[in-house]
This record gives sequence, C-alpha cells and structure tokens, in this order.
Amino acid sequence: MENYLSLFETYDVPAAFWVNIQLSFWAALWALVLGTVLALFRISPIRSLQWFGAAYVNIFRNTPLTIILAFGFLGLFSVMQVSLAGDLNVSLFRIAILGLSLYHAAFVCEAIRSGVNTVPLGQAEAARAIGLGFLPAARLIILPQAFRGAIAPLGNVLIALIKNSTVAAAGSVATESSSLMKTMIEFRSDLVIPIFLTFALGFVILIIPIGLLTTWASRKLAVAR
Amino acid sequence: MTPRAQPTGSATSAGPLVRLKNVNKHFGELHVLRDIDLDVARGEVVVVIGPSGSGKSTLCRAINRLETIDDGEITIDGEVLPAEGKGLAKLRADVGMVFQSFNLFAHKSILENVTLGPIKVKGMKSAAAKELAMSLLERVGVDNQAQKLPAQLSGGQQQRVAIARALAMQPKVMLFDEPTSALDPEMINEVLDAMVVLAKEGMTMIVVTHEMGFARKAADRVIFMADGEIMEQATPEEFFTNPQSDRAKDFLGKILAH
Repeated sequence: MENYLSLFETYDVPAAFWVNIQLSFWAALWALVLGTVLALFRISPIRSLQWFGAAYVNIFRNTPLTIILAFGFLGLFSVMQVSLAGDLNVSLFRIAILGLSLYHAAFVCEAIRSGVNTVPLGQAEAARAIGLGFLPAARLIILPQAFRGAIAPLGNVLIALIKNSTVAAAGSVATESSSLMKTMIEFRSDLVIPIFLTFALGFVILIIPIGLLTTWASRKLAVAR
Repeated sequence: MTPRAQPTGSATSAGPLVRLKNVNKHFGELHVLRDIDLDVARGEVVVVIGPSGSGKSTLCRAINRLETIDDGEITIDGEVLPAEGKGLAKLRADVGMVFQSFNLFAHKSILENVTLGPIKVKGMKSAAAKELAMSLLERVGVDNQAQKLPAQLSGGQQQRVAIARALAMQPKVMLFDEPTSALDPEMINEVLDAMVVLAKEGMTMIVVTHEMGFARKAADRVIFMADGEIMEQATPEEFFTNPQSDRAKDFLGKILAH
C-alpha cells in the first residue's frame, strides 16, 4: 500500500487527468459548433451543402482517430510546419484539440440529425407557413427541439470524446493521462495492475456523472407533444 | 379594440386574390392535381370537399408551396408564387395556414407561438406583438391559457391557438387543411365556430373539410374534387340539393346517408 501511495508523490496523476479534461472541454466545444453547422448542411435545402455534410461525416467518422491525431503531429506539424502557438507543447495541444474536434464533429452531426428526426415534419411546415426562411426556422423551431431530443446521443459522443482524449498521445501530447500511465508502468513494473486500475477508475469516476446528467436532462428537457 | 382579420389598404390588385392556372402535380405515377384552374375572390369563402385521395389537401398545400407543383402558375394578390428564397417566405407570411395536426411549436408557450411570427418575420416590437397576440387569443377564447405549453391544451384549444397564430400575421387569405379531422367530436364545434366568425368578418378562406355543416353555413362556394380534378363547383345550396356529376352524387350519398 505504501508502495502504491508513493506513486502519487513521484507522478502528478491529477495533473495528467486535468490535461484530458481540458482537451475534452475544448474539443467538445468545437465539435458541437462544427457538428451543428454540419447538421444544418445536411438538412438544408441546398444540394451541394447536403453533399458536403454527408462527405465530411463519412470521411471523418470512418477514419481511425489515431491516424487523424498522428497526422496532426507528423503531417500538419512536422512536415507542413503548421503551428497553432509559439510554444511547442501548446501548439501540439491545440493540434490535438483540432483533430479531436474534427473527428467528433462527425458524430455530433449525426446525433443532432437523429434529434432532428424526433421533430415532426409539421413543425417545419408551420414555421415555413408563417414566413420563416430556412435559417430562422432552423434556429428558432427545429434545432431547439432537435437538441432536446439529442441529449442522450450527444452525451454518448461526449463520453466517447473524453475517453478518446487519451489518443492525444498519438499526437505527442505527452502530458495527458495515458502517456503518464505508460511512463509509470515503465518505471514501476511492480505495480502494473494497480496503475492500470487507477487510470481506469479515474475515467470511470470522471464519466459516470455525465451519463447520469444526460439521462436526467433528456428526461427533464424532453419536448412534450 | 380587436385587430381586424382583414388587412386594410393592402390590396394591390383588383383581380382574384388567389388564382391557380393550369396547375399539375404528380406523386410519381399518380397524377394528384390535373389542370386545376381556380380563382378565389377577395373575401370569398371556398370549401373544398371530396373523397380522400382526391387531391384536395395537396391543392391547399400547393397554395403556399408546402407542396411544389410540376407546372402551371399560382398567383396571390397578383404576385406569382416564387419557387424559393426570401420572396417565397414573404408571400407565405401573407397566407395563413391551419393544419390538421395543429403543429403548434411544441417547445414554446401559447403566447410565444402567436408572437413569434409578428416579431421574427414582421419585425414587430415585442410589446405590440404581445398585445396583438393576447387580443387574438381572447377572440378565440384561449387567452387564459397563454402561458401554457401546447401539449397542456386540448386539441380544440390547440387548433384555436393555431388559428390565432395564423391571424397574427394579418394574412390576406387563410388556408385550412382539414382543421377538424384530428379532433374529438366534442371539440369540432368550438373550432368551426371560430372559423364561422372569421368568415363572417370577411376573411378570404380556402377550407378543405369534411364538415358539410360548415360548408352550408359559411361557404360562398363549394368545390368538389375527385381524382385530382375539380369535378364541379357551385353554391352550397345548389351543390347539396342538386349535384351534377355522378361522382358528387355518389359522394354525397355516402356521407349524408346517416
């Protein structure tokens, strides 16, 4: 037990989790924005936008996240010299956020689209009938109801995103938790199982409230019909 | 002062308010509208009846382009109905629509349902829109429900709110697409009463319905449709007592048998 506790003196585990939380927070925010725009494209009356939305979703949803994040580091950063900050680590951190956002936006888009499917067609017809154009109708009538119908699937995307933030290791974000776990295992092979369990439990504790919250919210905010 | 249903001084042409010329539409193989020609005069109440599948709902929905048409022309107050874009939205604002399934905005209160159009489409100030909405809700007898959500109201109340929502845009013409077909029998009259009042006030109305009582009481003209065609049109008196076509006789025989 003392052995185990000494781990926390040598390694800053909470700080590593904090990196994952930050990655997840920013990626979730950008994925939500981008995913909403993509969902608008997919339900818009304009063919080329529909096509773009569908193409985006099919490309990013079907590309392994490891490849996207490794490309961010090796392709964007190293070869193409794209830098998102003066500081190397900040730049890699932001590139990882970019990769996570681009990838999860595809899933957010599909979650919102499933939410749009919970909104009866008559709502859109009524909105058009009083003279609202596509964007105002989407903003005022369709999306507010779609989001409320999409809370559970959006929660699932967020849960996946938090766990997937560990893949940032592939983008050379060395401060995040799975990278720290690897380091700890390397140096403390006597405690492999406890180290695994620590990180597994850490994520479970982090994520359980999100599941509870989305279940509660999807019930609370359900649109009565 | 209650707002008037009919906008004053907005008439831009002396011709018919709604004109359909040679309108055709197909759903795949099915020819749902066949060479429809129809003029509706200002202030006229036209009731469209016919067996299900006759195209009467499609006709109604085509007038504000919730259904596209394959060819022909629809004009409203002299303006050709545009295919899309801002022009279409603007023209739709002048055409009130009441649906079979009410379609109140489910996440908004009754009051917000009625004020949304005036505020967001016409740019009316919130206070003025609220005043207008309350007077319209009062007129259809649901002003005491203003803060509730649509799902908390009965079907009849919801449909009356839907009428108020359409009236709030001060439309030139009102379309009713089977407004009482989804209602429990005891709620049909409260909705029909509101429609009769509207008709008496001079609102131009196109009403698709199975309510023959309403047709007799409020219609200036009855249009009988079958197989996508207008088979005959006449005053209610004439149509109900002396239908010309076999289809109309057959239809009336079936619905008036009881």
